[in-house]
Amino acid sequence: MHSPSGGQAKSIPLMGNDEESTIFELSVVGRSAASFRKTELPEWTVDEIVPAEHRRSEPLQLADVSERDLVGHFTRLTHRQYSVDLGAYPLGSCTMKYNPKLCDDVAGMKGFTHTHPATPQSGTQGWLELLTRLSEDLCAITGMAGVTLQPPAGAAGELTGLLLMRAYHRAKGRQRKTIIIPDSAHGTNPASVTLAGYDTVTIPSDDRGCVDLATLRAAMNEDVAGIMLTNPNTLGLFEEDIVEIAAIAHEAGALLYYDGANLNAILGVVRPGDMGFDIVHMNLHKTFAVPHGGGGPGAGPVGVSERLLAYLPGPLPKRTDDGNYEWQIPAESIGRVHSWHGNALALARAYSYLVVNGSDGLRRVSDAAVLNANWLRVRLHDTLPAKYDRPNMHEFVATASAIKRETGAKALDIAKRLLEEGFHSPTMYFPLIVDEALMLEPTETESPQTLEALAQAFERIVDELKLSGPQSGQDAPRTTPVRRVDEARAARTLIPTFDARP
Amino acid sequence: MHYVPHTDAEIASMLKFIGVESLDALFDMVPSALRLAGGLDIAPGVSEFDVLDDFERMAANNRSDLICFAGAGAYDHELPSAVKRLANRTEFVTSYTPYQPEVAQGVLQALFEYQSLVSRLSGLEVSNASLYDGGTACVEAINLSVAATGNSRVIVSKGVHPNWRHVMRTMADGTGHEIIEVDLHDGVTSWGSDSEPAGAVVVQYPNFLGNLEDVAAARTLADATGARLVVAFDHLAAGILKSPGEWGADVVVGEGQCFGTPMALGGPYLGLFSCKLSDVRRLPGRVVGETVDLEGKRAYVTTLRTREQDIRREKASSNICTNQTLIAVTAAIQLGWLGSNGIREMALRSARATRYTRELVAGIDGVELHSSAPVLREFAVRLPIAAEVAIDRMIDEGFLAGVALDENDYGDGLLIAATEKRTKSEIDAYVTALGKVLQ
Repeated sequence: MHSPSGGQAKSIPLMGNDEESTIFELSVVGRSAASFRKTELPEWTVDEIVPAEHRRSEPLQLADVSERDLVGHFTRLTHRQYSVDLGAYPLGSCTMKYNPKLCDDVAGMKGFTHTHPATPQSGTQGWLELLTRLSEDLCAITGMAGVTLQPPAGAAGELTGLLLMRAYHRAKGRQRKTIIIPDSAHGTNPASVTLAGYDTVTIPSDDRGCVDLATLRAAMNEDVAGIMLTNPNTLGLFEEDIVEIAAIAHEAGALLYYDGANLNAILGVVRPGDMGFDIVHMNLHKTFAVPHGGGGPGAGPVGVSERLLAYLPGPLPKRTDDGNYEWQIPAESIGRVHSWHGNALALARAYSYLVVNGSDGLRRVSDAAVLNANWLRVRLHDTLPAKYDRPNMHEFVATASAIKRETGAKALDIAKRLLEEGFHSPTMYFPLIVDEALMLEPTETESPQTLEALAQAFERIVDELKLSGPQSGQDAPRTTPVRRVDEARAARTLIPTFDARP
Repeated sequence: MHYVPHTDAEIASMLKFIGVESLDALFDMVPSALRLAGGLDIAPGVSEFDVLDDFERMAANNRSDLICFAGAGAYDHELPSAVKRLANRTEFVTSYTPYQPEVAQGVLQALFEYQSLVSRLSGLEVSNASLYDGGTACVEAINLSVAATGNSRVIVSKGVHPNWRHVMRTMADGTGHEIIEVDLHDGVTSWGSDSEPAGAVVVQYPNFLGNLEDVAAARTLADATGARLVVAFDHLAAGILKSPGEWGADVVVGEGQCFGTPMALGGPYLGLFSCKLSDVRRLPGRVVGETVDLEGKRAYVTTLRTREQDIRREKASSNICTNQTLIAVTAAIQLGWLGSNGIREMALRSARATRYTRELVAGIDGVELHSSAPVLREFAVRLPIAAEVAIDRMIDEGFLAGVALDENDYGDGLLIAATEKRTKSEIDAYVTALGKVLQ
């Protein structure tokens, strides 16, 4: 397969690589883009409206630009930015799949956008229908009994799930103190554990990269509130002992939490609820194609089994008996985890993605995601070998250990060199348990041609390193809008605003 | 099929290459007892056109036609075309977190500009690159304050948004913070003379009822208790009101929906967060800093990363990873559209519309202003009937009359907001209708 790749951004006609001025530097006092409608209202002054003690003393200075310069500035900024629409992002754990434009159109529908969150439910039946159907379908997909759509991100979902654990154990009169997580866990897991008032107990993975049952049994005791797992785990490997793991947890009265970051691998194949998980968070900005927006907004709904339903955050969208929809607050709800109903437009995007795919489309997603990742692992076997060289799911972790020994170039250098090839780098140095880790998740939306181009790019990179030493990696990237940045200086001499510049 | 590009021939070839019999066999590592027998119990896939029909039907089944007099942290502001277009540029929408700064200078610089603008609005030196919304930003401010002072006693004005206080109480179950709520008197906080040590004093300015609080009194209490002063600010008012920084706030939070984001049933919104440089090591979330690249060119990068979850894990300053970057970028663009004069105008026009509405509504028989305190862009009234009933009746008149006050918090009543979008004729019609439905 040597046809051109649809996921390689080498053709961008970036015009030189000069800096783009900040909007403050483009500012000219007296310029403005703003306009306001005629309202025919009395023109009371600030002095007439605001008592003296509350009035601002110095005028507020922002940036003053024309609409033309506003548009020029931000358009030029977008030309200094990689994106999924431009090329592939084989970032393990992030699921950077294509973001369908259908979902953009749904998120722009005025009937959804121009609705105040406090509108009485008689006036938001459309929204309630969408959120109810989304809730029901997410339960069907994950095998859970109920779900909250309020958490605005995965980490928020994790914290919500842990607070649900607290409510559950409290109701049973138990004082549990710890959460067990594997050493391959994502950083948000222990961070969320701390915020939930628990302590983290980390258990080492076995030499196959999975949870070791004996180690888990030894760590399990009456202090353990729950175990947090990802399945497949952050190495892209399915925890094959999951049924026994669930039994170990449940026998000790602990709950089993599913970090849904890797849900893309198992859609339509197996469900967390059937594996024995009690609480599941989903990352809609991963599995359900909500665009990443440069870092957010996402959405992190949390599904639960029957015995936790009463504790869910409210209000929840539900069907009424007469074919309508309403908000309901569960009997023993832990409260609110968001000011309103979560990232509603992101939820709408995710639901349109779910509906257009349907049962067959979602199964196709996991098929192709797992196929692509395995193909890439095998294809890269001689160039960038997987740490665990056996069938993986939607992602795998390669190690640049041998390359480092042989050439002096590190995973970081390979990642930076890949940027010159028109691809975004894979995830670096995660999970922590693999030396010189590069985690690759191609996702299902990249074509075989793109994967082949990616593999050839890696081959070029590694061959050159082996031939000529680490220089080509350490110098990279040379062709991007900026070269490697001085991160130490950024931290040492913090300049977090334009006004802080010396 | 839709977004998966593989042809049957390509799939066959790829399976052969990796030595796997079938797509199904890719999942052999999943115990067969667990595998879903009949596939997912949801409807099969449809065309995008079927989806658009379905969603347009649902969208039309919302009363988005109502003329909006509801506020409470979610406002019906004008949304300029240039802002919508720029914020929807695919490079902003479909980009990832800027972990490889060399190919992410677009987002990084936009966030740097955003941080710069937020700091000018709040009056505090450093702002982060966004949190989820105003309520969760308030929780993070409390967490910072408790960590900084070592004191988990948190004094919160009941003038803070009820939903935010609800989130605080939910989160406090995990953090163990003691949340003490302080009553209002004639619409503003009555702090009392308690000086037992505390970690945070939290006041909203203007408060939930629209009233201008005496922030100096909150500062005095914070000094007396050794606490950090957290001010939840309506950043739109920064062009007119004294900034929280000027009032002596230690941490400033807010809801940034007012800057270019539609009401959209409450999300995605924008958690604004600013603090002093001396507290920067405890700043939650991402922060972008200016630096240079190895050729000396100015460049931007996420910095002080050792605070964050991926590095500090259980000791991180917060658990936040995904934030609201796109909404922050939208806010930066909106603030660029407004400029120095525009932000002042927008707040002033909202205040004028509110004052006009307030004067006329107060003149309706049986309606009483909730308090005598000065207001800016929204106000509360007591009605002769239950607020929820009034709201329902006003929907039939084509208006979203306001937000019903929680009886337990403030006594039954209606919170009314008028933005720069509301015209004299709309307000006149609103007042006439309200007068009619209250009889």
